[in-house]
Amino acid sequence: MSYHSRVDRRWATRRAANPEYEPYHPKWHRKRVPIFWWLERPAYTKFITRELTSLAVGYAAVLLMVQVWVMARGPGAYERFLAILASPAIVTFHAVVFLFLLFHSVTWLNLAPQALVVRLGGRRVADRVVLAGHYVAWLVATAVVAAYLLWGVP
Amino acid sequence: MASSITLQIRRYRPEDEREPVWESFEVPDRPEWMVLDGLNYIKDRLDGSLSYRWACRMGVCGSCGMVVNGKPVLTCATYLSALGPDPVRVEPIKGFPVIRDLVVDIEDFVRKLESVKPWIIREKEKPLSEGEYLQTPEQLAEYKQQAMCINCLLCYSACPIYALEPDFIGPAAIALAQRYNLDSRDEGTEERMDILSQHEGIWCCTFVGECSVVCPKDVDPAGAIQRYKVKATTDWFKSVLLPWGKR
Amino acid sequence: MWALFSSGGMLAALVLPALTFVLWFGIPLGWIAAPSYEALVAEIGHPVAKLVLLGVVTLSLFHWGHRFRYTLYDGLQLSHLYGMIATVCYGGAATLSLLAAWVLWTFP
Repeated sequence: MSYHSRVDRRWATRRAANPEYEPYHPKWHRKRVPIFWWLERPAYTKFITRELTSLAVGYAAVLLMVQVWVMARGPGAYERFLAILASPAIVTFHAVVFLFLLFHSVTWLNLAPQALVVRLGGRRVADRVVLAGHYVAWLVATAVVAAYLLWGVP
Repeated sequence: MASSITLQIRRYRPEDEREPVWESFEVPDRPEWMVLDGLNYIKDRLDGSLSYRWACRMGVCGSCGMVVNGKPVLTCATYLSALGPDPVRVEPIKGFPVIRDLVVDIEDFVRKLESVKPWIIREKEKPLSEGEYLQTPEQLAEYKQQAMCINCLLCYSACPIYALEPDFIGPAAIALAQRYNLDSRDEGTEERMDILSQHEGIWCCTFVGECSVVCPKDVDPAGAIQRYKVKATTDWFKSVLLPWGKR
Repeated sequence: MWALFSSGGMLAALVLPALTFVLWFGIPLGWIAAPSYEALVAEIGHPVAKLVLLGVVTLSLFHWGHRFRYTLYDGLQLSHLYGMIATVCYGGAATLSLLAAWVLWTFP
């Protein structure tokens, strides 16, 4: 039983035994959290936006698989798929999804120094260095992915 | 005529009203005053029934935490003049039941702090004749940041998860558990892991990060929690993949 | 579970922007010299590429599942529906991952 309900119970017993105890009941005020608590402060709104990027990540994963599946059905299907991808509505939608993906990357990498304390030879590596290392990794990964897709297996 | 600044206080008098109300007071706008000085002025000269906690008035006891203009701060460390000229809103810290005016009940935090055993746990204590435990500066640096915690509960006020999940242990309790886990003199990491690795322990945390932003002592509880998540995960993998190793 | 989330998040952060930029904008809109259909099939059909792609997709899906579950708990205060939400999030991620594995397995 929680501390608060124990206190309430105790007072309820005393009140039943002696009605004059009512004014001394500790009526603690417990505020209910509103459903849009995340709109109350910019930091919270930024947090929820950051969490919603997971939807973009999931969508990207699914669409990648759809694209692979379409490719397996032949060049004709692939061309039609590319045409759909190039349509203005889809491009606009994907532009928004892409922005969310970028936001995910930036916020994720920026938090890395806080979550990762690297020690080299007894001294803690500075946050800036850890951050720079992550961004370099991002650059390298981008280069590798782009190079592989565009120029294939060497 | 000396200028004055308006303090809007969230009053709650359980014997008179069911809901908290805002009440305004005019206090002198002195450049060297903190919000706490304004509250003391109100209590001394305007309304002696105002209830609030404070002690050291220099930012080390952790008693005077309140939400000022929406931000959890130590009122003894926040300049009143920096917040003017608009009315300065003072409320009790969020996430805890309000007993009266600006005083909250912190029993929930105390209970959770005790559950993580924030003391040195050792198999066998060294007898006094053998002298003190020695620690190098590097070993001290491992846990020093988390040792700065003054239990002011500003991080609990800032943490949205603490307000939403009633059983979440919370940033300061986990940071203090880490302070002892990382202490070279301590041998109780496993004992604390039982409480911390529950869902209401570290896994409730979604790294909002506001706790570290508002911490007046730069304890960085968010970082401590994430690092503990990494450690708990790698320990779990090690125990599964290398079960013959030292547990 | 958190391990899946965090590794998925790191992989997604490093790799998805480049992948999606090339595949959703570069090639369809003709901003870059697109490789031929045969070349692309060969690239994706390489066993190592298939494994890497499967890894990225699976971990990204579990990253979404774990994170979205907590977003629903905290953002919309739906933690009382924990059974249904866990099933949809993790079950959905697992099902889609199996589908992805099948797609890649049967890829020429």
